[in-house]
This record gives sequence, structure tokens and C-alpha cells, in this order.
Amino acid sequence: MRTATVYVPRDTTALACGAEAVARAIVAEAAARGFDVRVVRNGSRGLCWLEPLVEVATAQGRVGYGPVAAADVAGLFDAGFLHGAAHALALGAVEAIPYLASQQRLCFARNGVIDPLDLDDYAAHGGWKGLDAALALASADIVQAVLDSGLRGRGGAAFPAGIKWKTVLGTEAAQKYVVCNADEGDSGTFSDRMILEGDPFRLIEGMVIAGLATGATIGVVYLRSEYPLAFTLFREAITRARAAGWLGADIGGSGRAFDLDVRLGAGAYICGEETALLESLEGKRGQVRFKPPLPAIQGLFGQPTVINNVITFASVPDILVHGAAWYRDYGMGRSRGTLPIQLGGNIRRGGLVERAFGITLRELLYDYGGGSASGRPIRAVQVGGPLGAYLPEARFDTPLDYEAFAAIGAMLGHGGVVAFDDTVDMAGQARFAMEFCAIESCGKCTPCRIGSTRGVEVIDRIRASIDREKNIALLRSLSDTMLNGSLCALGGLTPYPVLSALDHFAEDFAARVARAVD
Amino acid sequence: MSPATARDEPIDRVAGLEETQRAFVVGVLAELSGLPGALLPILHAIQDGLGFVPPASVPLIAQALNISRADVHGVVTFYPHFRSTRAGRHVLRLCRAEACQAMGARALEARLRERLGIGLHETTADGAITLEPVYCLGNCACAPSLMVDGAVHARVGDAELDQLVAQCREA
Ligand SMILES: Cc1cc2nc3c(=O)[nH]c(=O)nc-3n(C[C@H](O)[C@H](O)[C@H](O)COP(=O)(O)O)c2cc1C
Ligand code: SF4
Ligand code: FES
Repeated sequence: MRTATVYVPRDTTALACGAEAVARAIVAEAAARGFDVRVVRNGSRGLCWLEPLVEVATAQGRVGYGPVAAADVAGLFDAGFLHGAAHALALGAVEAIPYLASQQRLCFARNGVIDPLDLDDYAAHGGWKGLDAALALASADIVQAVLDSGLRGRGGAAFPAGIKWKTVLGTEAAQKYVVCNADEGDSGTFSDRMILEGDPFRLIEGMVIAGLATGATIGVVYLRSEYPLAFTLFREAITRARAAGWLGADIGGSGRAFDLDVRLGAGAYICGEETALLESLEGKRGQVRFKPPLPAIQGLFGQPTVINNVITFASVPDILVHGAAWYRDYGMGRSRGTLPIQLGGNIRRGGLVERAFGITLRELLYDYGGGSASGRPIRAVQVGGPLGAYLPEARFDTPLDYEAFAAIGAMLGHGGVVAFDDTVDMAGQARFAMEFCAIESCGKCTPCRIGSTRGVEVIDRIRASIDREKNIALLRSLSDTMLNGSLCALGGLTPYPVLSALDHFAEDFAARVARAVD
Repeated sequence: MSPATARDEPIDRVAGLEETQRAFVVGVLAELSGLPGALLPILHAIQDGLGFVPPASVPLIAQALNISRADVHGVVTFYPHFRSTRAGRHVLRLCRAEACQAMGARALEARLRERLGIGLHETTADGAITLEPVYCLGNCACAPSLMVDGAVHARVGDAELDQLVAQCREA
């Protein structure tokens, strides 16, 4: 009898929804029925609302079932799911599911498709081709390709990656570094995690290319400690890549060297800020450094350092394979390429949507997201993490584009989109933004350290109807001080969620007559 | 630090390490001290092995890395992940961030505090459960999220919460 291949994701969200028990039930049921089943632990496709999403390889391609509970497994065998048979949970061909079929998956092309730790699978799906191309180029030509692609950093600040790389290439030093920012501290974001868990060799490939482009021979990934599964899987990926010669003294037989390590953070949001991250990697408290010097000139241990987000590095191999123009053809304005958008919060179909820049919030929230999970109207959306603005329905037609968002006083950040229904209390959300800043402040500057605590108190007074007008004016002036007087974006951007809540949802700061939520 | 707090250092800081703890810390230091930027990897290894970073291990770490005790202490206290006191048998990390708020994390937090009778960063009197806040677990599409001893649970409702707490108390 032929061996049936079944895919059950090993991904944080899939596991959180019960994937481990499902995988075990499939193995046990197959054994009991005498079926020969190979269970592959793939990454997630990013159709999170369908997790655990079980796939079966059939003659017609991969067909899906989901969300599957362990208790469904016997019934799936009864129905003949190993042959792709009909069942209440059947989803048909996975790649035809509109949520997936309508995406433009570049970075996430392999996620959920391959076994993330299988080097053969990686190579069979186009892996290492970008590195092969880079090995045939001079450093300056790799940098030029990244420059020409228009790729901007995906960690939040959207700075052109090629310019950083060029600076590092042009700075002489005995040792240069490539650092990957995998701190992914923004709430509502999980795309870095999905790459680390679902296609880790892609990140390794992108970082090796960055090493070749800049003359750096040591790479470090700084990963948040909240992601233990990503850590385990990524560390294993490094070990396997090194054993296969894709890391080490002789990358792919080229005679060029690059090695990689992964280090864990320790729960401090500020360590996502690049200079605090470098301090942390050096074994210190995560305090923000004054700039200049730029990390590209004096970064890790004082040496020239490329520091980019996971998605930035993960975007690079395809640019080298298909060319800068191919990548630049995606997108709008000065936002080129695709953005992996993460839909979360109160949303019916949460997940990962990779699309070229230019898609609107409304398309994301309704065409992909299917509206709120609660079935109530979506009242507010926070885009770009805890420092991102809260947007009302009137702004839902804004295209996802760095400049278009800046124009409405918002930011895309790392691409997190968090939906709230009409039960949300926006004064409470503004308060949380200040509270979060107070908890996470590195303490270096007063407006952030003290201002955020004052901000919480002022909002409490507004909510308690104490001198409302006076305190609202105070909140605005406090926000102004933080905006202008903070060294980094934690203190400097916290006013965005606060002021956007105040500006767009003023009624929530008014006298507390219970707002009609029917 | 004010002179008063310096005098009032917790007793377990001046008390030594248990012999097994000491051996463990020495082993970690022998293995990791040579790494560039070794302090965080060392603290992680100690906490993973012992459940916390014993204050009495600070002088050993300082000596091995040739930095001051104040430097080590400053790092341990800066990072929320590291703890200087023993945790309960189980650690619950409740996500307090926005995507989870949008799906009821505030009510979940209130229920958890009420059920456990403790606040954030505290441990129940029976030593069963430590409650910690966390700001995003990367499970925002299936919120609200709760991590129990390293495993994330998705879409946690009241019933599941009570069940998880009961399991922690029993085992
Ligand atoms: C408070 C704060 C937190 C940040 N957190 C992250 C993070 O978690 N991940 C990230 O990639 N960038 C984060 N950044 C942005 C980094 O400072 C930096 O811009 C980024 O690592 C550069 O990589 P990129 O150009 O590829 O985006 C943060 C910035 C600030 C001010
Ligand atoms: S703004 Fe806040 S987090 Fe940023 S450097 Fe100043 S005190 Fe530190
Ligand atoms: S906001 Fe709670 S898991 Fe991301």
C-alpha cells in the first residue's frame, strides 16, 4: 500500500489550537487501522482561523481539513480523508482557498508547504537559489540589487535596506556583523515568528547574503524569549544548515565564510529598538544609545553592523533570484514589494496576508478578515503595534503604503492590524498605551519615563470626570512633550495611539454615560 | 540604591547557594563565560536550570565575567524575564496586549486574579502558580492567549481558564 502523507503544522498558533493532540491522534489511528501514514510537521499557511489545518497529499494536490480537533480524527479516517474524501471539515484544495489564492506570497511562498527543517524540501522549493546568485556577484552588485529593489526595512522604520548595507560595505573593519532583529515586540504581529518556525532556512539564506554583500562573517539573531518554539526550531535549522555547509568556513563550497548564532532576549520591549538590542547582545541592560554613531558604522561591539528585521532579510533571496525590477514592480509609491500583514484581535478570519503595498484596510478587514469575530461592527483598528494609531471606519479606505499612513497620522510599522468591535472603550485603550510605555521605558529620558506615568494619571482623571477640559489639554501638552522630547520612538510614538483615540473617539473621553452598545 | 535598601538586602542574597545550585552555576559559567556578550545566555541557562537566578549567584557570575556585582544585578533586574526568587510549580503568562484585549483579556485577567487570589508577578500561597504578565505571544489571530509553562493556549475562555488552573493546582 502506498504511504499517505499528512501535514500537521508545528507552529505556535496551530499548537495553541491543539495541533499536537491531532498529530498524535492521526499516528495512533493510522496504526490501529494498519495504514501507512507519514506525518510531516509543516509550518503554518497563516490561515490561522482554520488551525489546526490538516492537509493530505493526493493525486490532485494537497487537500485540507480544518479546524481539526483530536476528536475529529477517527471520523476523518472513516470518511477516507487519506484520499481527500468529503467530510464536514473538508476545505478542498488548500491553494484554492480564496484567502490564500488571492495573496501575493513571496516571502511566505514556502510557509506551510515544506517541512521547515528538511534541507531537501527547502532546495526542492527554490531554496539557496538567491545565495547561489549572490555568490556569483561582487559585494557592491548585491548591494546595488537590494538598493534597486526599493526594499525598505520591515521592522517599523521603513529605512531603505540597501543604504544601510552600502554604509557597512564601505566601512573598513577587521570584523563586521549582521544582526537580525527577531524581537517582534509589537503586539498584533507574528510574521517573524512564522518565518522562524515555518521557513527558517529562508532567514539564514538572507543573512548569509547580507554577509556576502557587506563583508561581515558573523551573524546573530536576537529572538524574543516569548517564542520558545521558534527558538528551538531555528536553533535546529542553524545546526542543520551548518552541517550541510551552508554556514561556516566554506559556504556552499565557495571558500567564503559566514556563521550564525541565535540569542534570546528577556522580555524587554525596548530591546527591539536596534541600539538597545545591541546593548543587550553585549550583555548589558537594554538602554537606547545616542545616534550617531549609526550601527552601520559602530554597531555590535563597536563594529560596523547591518541590523535588519526578519522579514527584510527574508525578502532578499527572491530579489537576487528574480531581479530588483521584478520585486520593485510590486507595490505603490515609495513602498515597493509585498508586506506580510498580520490580522488579529477581534476578527473572524485572523491570519497572515501577504500582499503588495496598496491594499486597503477595508479589503483586509472584510474581504480577508470577514469582519469581527464577535459579529458586531468593527469600531477601531490599531495598525503598527502598540505605538500605532487607532483608526476609525472613516479611515478604512487608506491604502497600505508608508506615506499614505504617515499622511493620516498613522504608521504601518511591522504590519500588524488589530481589530476591535464596538464594545471597546477607547479611553481605556489610550490609558493602556501610556501604561505600556511606563512599563517598558528604558528610563533614559524624562518625557518617556515620567511623562507616561503622568499620562496614565491624567487619563484616569479624565475618565473620572475630574476637570475634564483642563486634563484633556494637559494630556495633549504632555503628548507633545513626549513626541518632541524623547530619544527613541517608544516615548516619541506613544502619543499616537493616545491622541488618535482622543481625536477619533472623543465620545469615549466624555462624561461616562454608558455608551449604547445595544 | 539608597543606603537603607542596601542594608535591607533580602536574606537569601547574603545566604549562600545550596551546594547543587552552586555546582550548577559553576558548570554554566565554565561553559558559557567565554562567549562574547555572555551575560544573557548565562542568566537564561541558570534560570532554565534552577527556576530562578539566585541572588547569591550574582558574585560568582560577576567574578567569571570580570564585571561588577552591580552590573550583573542591574541586568537581572532590568529584564522582566529573569526572576530572583523561586517561582511556583507552574508559571502562567497572561497576554495583556491589544489583540488579546480586543478578545476579552481584561476580563480574563480579572478572573485569574480572583481565582488565584494574587496579583501579577505573585505566587499563590500553596506554591502552585506564579502569574506573570506578557505583552504578546505571537498568537494574536487566535486571541486571547495564555502561556502555561511554555505552551501557548489559544482563544482561552472562562471554562478553559478554570480547567487550566485546576490542573496546575493538582500537579
Ligand atoms: C521601541 C522600539 C521597538 C522596536 N521593536 C522592533 C522589533 O521588535 N522588531 C524590529 O524588527 N524592529 C523594531 N524596532 C525598529 C528597530 O529599531 C530598527 O529600526 C529595525 O530593527 C531595523 O530593521 P529594518 O530596517 O529591517 O526594519 C523598534 C524600534 C523601537 C523604537
Ligand atoms: S524614549 Fe523612553 S525608551 Fe526611548 S530612550 Fe527615552 S526613556 Fe528609553
Ligand atoms: S496580543 Fe496577545 S498574543 Fe499577540
